[in-house]
Amino acid sequence: MKTKLATLALGALMAAGPALADLVIPSLSYRTGPYAAGGIPFADGYADYFTLLNERDGGIGDVPVNLIECETGYNTEKGVECYESTKGEGALIYQPLSTGITYQLIPKVTADDIPLHTMGYGRTSARNGKVFSHVFNYPANYWDGASGAVNYLLDENGGDLNGKKIALVYHNSAYGKEPIRTLEELSKKHGFELSLLPVDHPGQEQKSQWLQIRREKPDYVLMWGWGVMNQVAIQEAANIRFPMENFIGVWWSGAQHDVLPAGDKANGYKAVTFHAVGDDFPVFEDIKTHVVDTGKAAGAGDQIGTVLYNRGLYSAMLAAEAIKDAQAANGTGDITPGMLRDAMEQLNISEERMAALGMPNFGPTFQVSCDNHGGPGLVGVSQWDAGTKTWNLISDFKPTDGEVIGALVEEDSSAYAAENNVEPRCN
Amino acid sequence: MPEQLVFAMEVILNGLMAGVLYALVALGFVLIYKASGIFNYAQGVMALFAAMTLVGIMNGQVPFAHLINATFGTHVHNFGWNVPALLAIILTMGVMVLLAWAVQRFVMRHLVGQEPIILFMATIGLAYFLEGVADLMWGSEIKTLNVGLPQGINLWIDETTFNIFDYGFFIDNLDIVATIIAALLVAALVAFSQYTKQGRAMRAVADDHQAALSVGISLNFIWIMVWSVAGFVALVAGIMWGTKSGVQFSLSLIALKALPVLMLGGFTSIPGAIVGGLIIGVGEKLFEFAIGPLVGGATENWFAYVLALIFLVFRPQGLFGEKIIERV
Repeated sequence: MKTKLATLALGALMAAGPALADLVIPSLSYRTGPYAAGGIPFADGYADYFTLLNERDGGIGDVPVNLIECETGYNTEKGVECYESTKGEGALIYQPLSTGITYQLIPKVTADDIPLHTMGYGRTSARNGKVFSHVFNYPANYWDGASGAVNYLLDENGGDLNGKKIALVYHNSAYGKEPIRTLEELSKKHGFELSLLPVDHPGQEQKSQWLQIRREKPDYVLMWGWGVMNQVAIQEAANIRFPMENFIGVWWSGAQHDVLPAGDKANGYKAVTFHAVGDDFPVFEDIKTHVVDTGKAAGAGDQIGTVLYNRGLYSAMLAAEAIKDAQAANGTGDITPGMLRDAMEQLNISEERMAALGMPNFGPTFQVSCDNHGGPGLVGVSQWDAGTKTWNLISDFKPTDGEVIGALVEEDSSAYAAENNVEPRCN
Repeated sequence: MPEQLVFAMEVILNGLMAGVLYALVALGFVLIYKASGIFNYAQGVMALFAAMTLVGIMNGQVPFAHLINATFGTHVHNFGWNVPALLAIILTMGVMVLLAWAVQRFVMRHLVGQEPIILFMATIGLAYFLEGVADLMWGSEIKTLNVGLPQGINLWIDETTFNIFDYGFFIDNLDIVATIIAALLVAALVAFSQYTKQGRAMRAVADDHQAALSVGISLNFIWIMVWSVAGFVALVAGIMWGTKSGVQFSLSLIALKALPVLMLGGFTSIPGAIVGGLIIGVGEKLFEFAIGPLVGGATENWFAYVLALIFLVFRPQGLFGEKIIERV
């Protein structure tokens, strides 16, 4: 009788408690508030990829993924609360989609031995793995974005930007100010004149900035925007008849919802990117079959192939591949965050690997290492076609200015190490 | 004429136009405060809700589709028709009247006689509730709003000023339309409050609730009417701002632009909202033009409040607000 009771109690305990072997991945998403339009497709792509792995493959390495979604509202305090409330669940990795939240989490994840992946956002100098042991920002960071845009303009101008005028319209926040140092350095190197035009949050009123652009007639305008700032800027650029092909946004200013409100006038607008656009990839067929058609999609299933859906999916794919590597390296499906961190530090994304996942040429190929957590920083350029309502890649993923970026990364990360008494590693 | 002076003239004109857009938002606050003493924190969200409802109706979107599909396992998203802009505006106005009734019936009626801070806090709750309902009803994605308003540079002004100053001024056609609509709106509101029975009743309620009740004026009816008119003003503001940026959740933040206008113009004056809007619009744009480049730019948000505070030092009730004298 005692044995039966003990068995029943154990069974009840196992049924009530979380499955111990689940791979717990928190999704710090924002589906509400002023930035929801960008947060929703990213969160959908992120969730749908893990759902696909669960439905099609039984998880990763036969271990199901348990995605825990926590709403941050793109608010740093809420993001930290989400981290604190989910890390105890056995969280393997955080990808919070917010530079503000990233800055707050850097010391926390380091202390808790949980990897943080901030793809195309966050603290740029975290590329330096010698200082930031638990933070990864492969395959590209903000400074790669700035350099990628300038490199593209160099290509457009026969390698010479001397005497050209470039204006940066940016969100007046830590995020928006990220590219300034890089652009200032590149301005000295290539001889272009840089003007800075900050736009206050949220960016609904930008008349002053665009009147200034109209007066000063820069040859090119770069944009570091997010949320409503993007739509208003593109509309205002169209209003003053600034040539759209000379207007380039960072990857956070280059989604469908950024250009659609301006209609045909947004035709030709460009944005740098670190992943492919569109839905012409075999993985999307699998998502339709195993996720959307079975009613398990995170959203309505109508975001597939949009820029931010693809980014969320790509982010999830990179996490899943690192988990596979960690499982293989440790001979167990039930990995720890520390094992995942070690695997992320050796992650190799090759073309063969992406093709095998149904995502050929979806992003640049790269290899992470102990001292380089950011990869080579390859950046491409996409352009909006208002007629077909599609973004199209108009360049390959090309190298950025490693000399300028490397020096800035070294300077900023060294300052962080000195302030926080971080002993450099990877020796 | 010096180049900088010509540029400043363009900035002033654009500041006036921006000021009209700020005033459109401020008007909604003034109407409710004037009639009921409530500072309606939800006014910005009402603009968002109205604009989302308008786009939803125009596009034939099924309200609460996500909820319906999740509950019943259906896949309904669209009715399959498009509604003409004018009819959609009328239908949206109907929804705003319903909203006004619901606010009065379920919130304000139960708070009659409470302290102003309680009523203010109720409107904070209302703002968040309404934002959630708007999300559930119409979804969070950005929606393009096109009711046929012209946008882009006004070529006539561009050419005319070019012939005079050798530099063509940029004035957005949408801003010109907004100015005309705001002028008509203010004229209509003034005429309504001065020359109609309901308008006079509204003013009576604004002066003294108890006295108005004693002569047979229905407080319920007046408040529903005021919230409906504020809903209409929110719809107009939502159309103007939504046309510029697409209809999205940040639309509710336009309320932030109305606060310095209210501080400056006074919480109880319709002309004050307009004049306050114009002063804030011109002031912030000129400051950004002249001083902005020296201090790194992005001065408009904080300078608007500084300007309002300067006015408050000399006229605490705002330029056109009622001076409250309490005798012991």
